[in-house]
Amino acid sequence: MRVSRMAAVATAAVMALSVAACGGGEDAGSGGGGSGDGVIGKAASGKLIIGVKSDQPGLGLQTGTTYEGFDIEVGKIVAKGLGLDPAKVEWKTTVSANREPFIEQGQVDLVIATYTINDDRKKKVAFAGPYYVAGQDLLVKTDSTITGPEGLDGKKVCSVAGSTPAKRIKEEYPKVALQEFDSYSKCVTALGGGQVDAVTTDDIILAGYAAQAEYAGKFKVVGKPFSSEPYGIGLKKTDTAGCTKINEILKAAVDDGTYKAAWDATLGKGGTPAPTFDASKLSNCPA
Amino acid sequence: MSTDAVLYDHPGPRAKIRNLVLTVVFGLGLLALLYWIYVKFDQKNQWAAELWTPFLEANTWVNFIIPGLQQTLAAALVAMVLSLTFGIVFAVGRLSDHWWVRVPAGAVVEFFRAVPLLLMIFFIFYGLPYVNGGVPIPAFWAVVVGLTLYNGSVLAEAFRAGVRAVPTGQSEAAYGIGMRKNQVMRFILIPQAARAMLPVIVSQLVVLVKDTALGYIVAFPELMQRGVNDLGANRANIVAAALVAAAIYIVINFLLTSLASFIERRTRRRGIRVPRNGANPVRTAAQNVAMPAGMGGGAVGA
Amino acid sequence: MDLLSDPDNLDLYLTGFSWILRLTGAGALGALVLGVILAGFRVSPIPVLRGFGAAWVNIFRNTPLTLIIFFCYFGLFSTLGLSLAEEIDVNNFWLGVIGLSVYTAAFVCEAIRSGINTVPAGQAEAARAIGLSFFQVLRMIVLPQAGRAVIAPLGSIFIALAKNSTIVGTIGLAESSNAMKTLINDYGSQTILIFLIFAGTFAAVLIPTGYLFGWLANRLAVKR
Repeated sequence: MRVSRMAAVATAAVMALSVAACGGGEDAGSGGGGSGDGVIGKAASGKLIIGVKSDQPGLGLQTGTTYEGFDIEVGKIVAKGLGLDPAKVEWKTTVSANREPFIEQGQVDLVIATYTINDDRKKKVAFAGPYYVAGQDLLVKTDSTITGPEGLDGKKVCSVAGSTPAKRIKEEYPKVALQEFDSYSKCVTALGGGQVDAVTTDDIILAGYAAQAEYAGKFKVVGKPFSSEPYGIGLKKTDTAGCTKINEILKAAVDDGTYKAAWDATLGKGGTPAPTFDASKLSNCPA
Repeated sequence: MSTDAVLYDHPGPRAKIRNLVLTVVFGLGLLALLYWIYVKFDQKNQWAAELWTPFLEANTWVNFIIPGLQQTLAAALVAMVLSLTFGIVFAVGRLSDHWWVRVPAGAVVEFFRAVPLLLMIFFIFYGLPYVNGGVPIPAFWAVVVGLTLYNGSVLAEAFRAGVRAVPTGQSEAAYGIGMRKNQVMRFILIPQAARAMLPVIVSQLVVLVKDTALGYIVAFPELMQRGVNDLGANRANIVAAALVAAAIYIVINFLLTSLASFIERRTRRRGIRVPRNGANPVRTAAQNVAMPAGMGGGAVGA
Repeated sequence: MDLLSDPDNLDLYLTGFSWILRLTGAGALGALVLGVILAGFRVSPIPVLRGFGAAWVNIFRNTPLTLIIFFCYFGLFSTLGLSLAEEIDVNNFWLGVIGLSVYTAAFVCEAIRSGINTVPAGQAEAARAIGLSFFQVLRMIVLPQAGRAVIAPLGSIFIALAKNSTIVGTIGLAESSNAMKTLINDYGSQTILIFLIFAGTFAAVLIPTGYLFGWLANRLAVKR
């Protein structure tokens, strides 16, 4: 039976190859996403799996058996909007590099995990939102003289392998020495130890670390974002109905104040006012 | 063990003094090194109370380390059982008289021993759903299956080497009293092979326990993910968390090894003989036969 | 661009395996030297050395390599200030080599120690009887024979080392496993092909290497 399994793998490989050779080759095996398969159907059947970060203070942090943070609150809003008791949501840890595969393969129904909307990703998944617009920024030690990405030449900068910020540094600031880890916690630890001069990713993630009680007074966010990172809610590419529905839910949440409440309960704890939400930008759902 | 002592004479008065001097010099050097490490850690505030007090709190254990440890142990136990089964099945397969069993079994074993486990787990998790019609693979099973394929293959080689080390007279006698091949394998060869190869098998099981840590690549919530990465994110003490996790791994594996040597001593006392080939029967036999062509049955891994 | 025709992808693949090759080479050398020294410690007449050897083996053999590599970065480099190169990649490479050596040396030490066990006690006794010292017994009588007995286990250990090199990717080195991850991220639908290419490369190199060690071991075996 092992033989037949090997044969199956080999056949599949040949198929994958030929699909690629025929050009396009997009989405060979992710399965269809009919309406029953979409998030609306999933919510109606009483269960929704949402992929979130587990190690980002303020956004998605697994504190024990529960998760907390702004992304989690947004997830609860969406679940409620879909008619599902937020307590029935199953939260699942994702890491930056596995969000697209998670959605494509159905390991999760939604991803709300500091997930930047971009064209590359739009080829694979659909994005509702954005529910927040972040910007790539730098976290440095409080006494650092770094004031922006221009001052980084020859400096050591840390980010997560496979993330958009890491890619941007490689492409746009090639003189920066880039250290990559598999989590921002390690980057922040290296920053604390002085092995790297800055940690780069979205300002909001960095703010979460800067505000963490354990790091109080040690780090600051430079505050000059050099990109615009609209955070979206990822779902199956074919699930247009679900995408549109989530956009409606987000809009309603802003109007009735639940969005602001979610912010105030998490990232806004330190007094940062809730961001203004631009409903006109909710146009990422596939046509 | 006994051979170690024959390498040098019982120390006379001069040797005793020389040994004492070396002991003191090396001992002091070691202490100095440890002290230097301690001071350096201190300079970097790694002993700061706030990094270590989390380990006095129930939350740290109840919500991070213990659940992570449970997942580690669960994955390790399931993978151990499956690997041993896989190992026996493929060892027998490779010893089969039919080439159409022998050759594929050999190919499977050789392939999975040569592929890094990290790539295997990653592929099972992300790649397999593209073949099986999109059925997602839970991280737990990706880790367990990866561990089974790799460690099972190494164990298959260990069992095969063990079977070949059993003197031919034994299987001849068994055939002589009318046993079938299947019975000879089951009652005569495999039990003796397993005992002879116990040290190799155990070190491979230790490898298996450690390799569960590679589950981080698919966000499997084991000890490494929960007790180091997530705890580190919550309490900003990732280095301290990693030290604690390392201590836990060492204790588990030490217990596993101790259990194995206890079993080994018991079976030896019960008078089970393995082929003698030197001073130290069990170890020597195992070491001499453990390495057939190919990669040998040595137990090594991440 | 297409997976197979984009030169960047080839570059990723080649860079990945060249790191693996360099990690394996340097790690093997380090592990061999350290392992022999440790094995010498473990059979020496001096209890402190024996204890040190035993502690090394028990600590490093029982800790996941991922954690050892982690400590090389956050312990050796971050905390103890051991900086091996200015450039990040080169520094991480050498930190990885240290981690791999320290870990693999524990296995090399145990293999050599078992190899020493295969040398009949009478030979060492005879050597002592003609007045050879501990080092002479070890160097002239025991290790040459033990060395032959451990070729096969050392082969397995070094093959494992080659595979373990992928773990250095956790501190950012763009070795094969990171290259594979990157490619799978960019070409999700061709995951299987990508896996087969990477796994196939390992298998194509390591399976023959294994047989080579097996053949060597048989050829050089001490006939008794």
